[in-house]
Amino acid sequence: MDILRFATAGSVDDGKSTLIGRLLFDSKAIFEDQLEAVERTSRDRGTEYTDLSLLTDGLRAEREQGITIDVAYRYFATPKRKFIIADTPGHIQYTRNMVTGASTADLAIILIDARKGVLEQSRRHAFLTTLLRVPHLVLAVNKMDLVDYSEARFEEIREEFTAFASKLNASDLTFIPISALHGDNVVSRSENMPWYDGSSLLHHLENVHIASDRNLVDVRFPVQYVIRPHSATSPELHDYRGYAGQVAGGVLKPGDEVLHLPSGLTTTITGIDTFEGPVEEAFAPMSVTLRLGDDIDISRGDMICRPNNQPQAAQEIDAMICWMADGLKLQQRSKLIIKHTTRTARALVRDLHYRLDVNTLHRDESATALGLNEIGRVSLRTTQPLFVDDYARNRLTGGFILIDEATNGTVAAGMIVDAH
Amino acid sequence: MLQRDYTTSQLDILEAEAIHIMREVAAEFERPCLLFSGGKDSIVMLRVAEKAFWPAPIPFPLMHVDTGHNFSEVIEFRDRRVAELGARLVVASVQESIDAGRVVEQTGRRASRNRLQTTTLLDAIEEHEFDAVFGGARRDEEKARAKERVFSFRDEFGQWDPKNQRPELWNLYNTKISRGEHIRVFPLSNWTELDVWHYIRREGIEIPSIYFSHTRRVFERDGMLLSDSEVVQRGDDEPTFDAVVRYRTVGDMTCTGAVASTATTIDEIIDEIAVTRITERGATRADDRASEAAMEDRKKEGYF
Repeated sequence: MDILRFATAGSVDDGKSTLIGRLLFDSKAIFEDQLEAVERTSRDRGTEYTDLSLLTDGLRAEREQGITIDVAYRYFATPKRKFIIADTPGHIQYTRNMVTGASTADLAIILIDARKGVLEQSRRHAFLTTLLRVPHLVLAVNKMDLVDYSEARFEEIREEFTAFASKLNASDLTFIPISALHGDNVVSRSENMPWYDGSSLLHHLENVHIASDRNLVDVRFPVQYVIRPHSATSPELHDYRGYAGQVAGGVLKPGDEVLHLPSGLTTTITGIDTFEGPVEEAFAPMSVTLRLGDDIDISRGDMICRPNNQPQAAQEIDAMICWMADGLKLQQRSKLIIKHTTRTARALVRDLHYRLDVNTLHRDESATALGLNEIGRVSLRTTQPLFVDDYARNRLTGGFILIDEATNGTVAAGMIVDAH
Repeated sequence: MLQRDYTTSQLDILEAEAIHIMREVAAEFERPCLLFSGGKDSIVMLRVAEKAFWPAPIPFPLMHVDTGHNFSEVIEFRDRRVAELGARLVVASVQESIDAGRVVEQTGRRASRNRLQTTTLLDAIEEHEFDAVFGGARRDEEKARAKERVFSFRDEFGQWDPKNQRPELWNLYNTKISRGEHIRVFPLSNWTELDVWHYIRREGIEIPSIYFSHTRRVFERDGMLLSDSEVVQRGDDEPTFDAVVRYRTVGDMTCTGAVASTATTIDEIIDEIAVTRITERGATRADDRASEAAMEDRKKEGYF
């Protein structure tokens, strides 16, 4: 059994909470005491139906204001897979939360109300999903019961969205007509839509192939922590020196020739250690400890790769930025802390090329700043070289965060598009 | 050539993520510590810590906030496990906080030291200047926890501000804090109760005996079975009786309920949890029943 992480996009009106509630309920991930609490609160508020959005709205302010503030993580499992849902709210601060939820997602579900069709916000959701390179996208056309389960309506929406998605380089795109309220095509195939011959949503979630989404080609091992036991009691450990980290790409094996950055020196993997003992290979997302053949000065923030397949060692970086800070703005000459893999440096904003309108995809080249929830392309210069890949090639070595030095807040997410 | 499918099991993925989080803390903070209560989640967390730094020892101390009302089986287990690892254990005592006048003991039948722990915990963090504190909380436990970050920022009062959390992307964690502030770190955020039990089974990890079915003198309150003990105040209208029970969570005796169970092995516990229809905190924690936002309120104050 593996794990599928997925993000859900859509507003309460699209039936997102109902859909999540149904997935959780039908997979028995909602417990009686949770359901009772939701029923009690629904009654107290005078709501006639059981408001399943209360399951995900966990904070007092959210319940009081009837809004969702933050990303909520929900869990359920079927015999085939464990699922982690990043449930992102559909209104203010939407971009920031959606970007956060999508950063780790294998799949995103975008909900569309069959009556309303492809709206501006559907396009925004699709754009953010592809910007974050979520490998699989599901368009769940909801409320099919309210359009008489019409195949023609479904096809109309499919065509309109497909035309838009082709501009985005959206990868694997699946359309499923559903009714979250009645359960049509959510867990099992609906008898109300005999014309639909695809999978139910849950069946799709259980079977979508994600193992090959990871980068198994480019060896990338950001050194996270150096393990040196110095144990007096066991002499054989006295000279032990291991480089601990989580594999960010490729497959590493003992005997492989590897290259160390920033030194550029080559050496050999003599062993890959885990608590259970040495292993024959390591790949993402394994956390392992490498032993190397030569005595090279290696520390946290360094990168292990292959001599013939190296990331860019770059101090000039072009990236798409999603600005997440309230109050503070990104401007030319802004100085920030950059955290990329296990390396932290300082970064200077050399240029803001344009601000992107996430609804129209229009590039505003006259923009001089990025505010909360705005996206734009920037050039950064860093105080130290970072070992980077294009985000499109590897999300782990192509993504970074920016931190404000004054407040210590995380103010931006960045996706590298070019580096030198 | 054989086709190799690089799939990873859910426990391996969760473990790799937790190890990454622990190494990140060890690399970036000066004085981390790990909260170890002897409960199943902190036992799993400790196991992951052992793996993360092997063959070196765990590079930070453990801390237990002892209410003085803990189950003796759990305290014995705690001390044995600490000795096995050769780890350093800091015990922060609620009794000492009471004696020092930092907190006032509650009175009456429902008196519990559960909430007093927050002051003891925050005082200990300040005294030892801990800048990162590992906790075993999971997001599936409670809905306020479902929205908490893996690296959860606490201000100099130890408070959590749910409306002003740092965005958390990919596997990049912001570890920047000013002096006097700290970060609570939850490496098991993405684990469920069932994941924890599957992991305990796979790893063959020892757990305190009270997790298994045993006969215990109990009394009933609010539909929960509380242990008959000198630290739990019981009314004359709350008769005691023997029951075959086990504990699904392990906390303070005054607010942790037992569940009727005949499960004597890990396999039987897993079978039992797989079909249960009540959450673990709903079934066993009086502290969470106080109100809809009981956990959120305590967390804001600096609770675990």
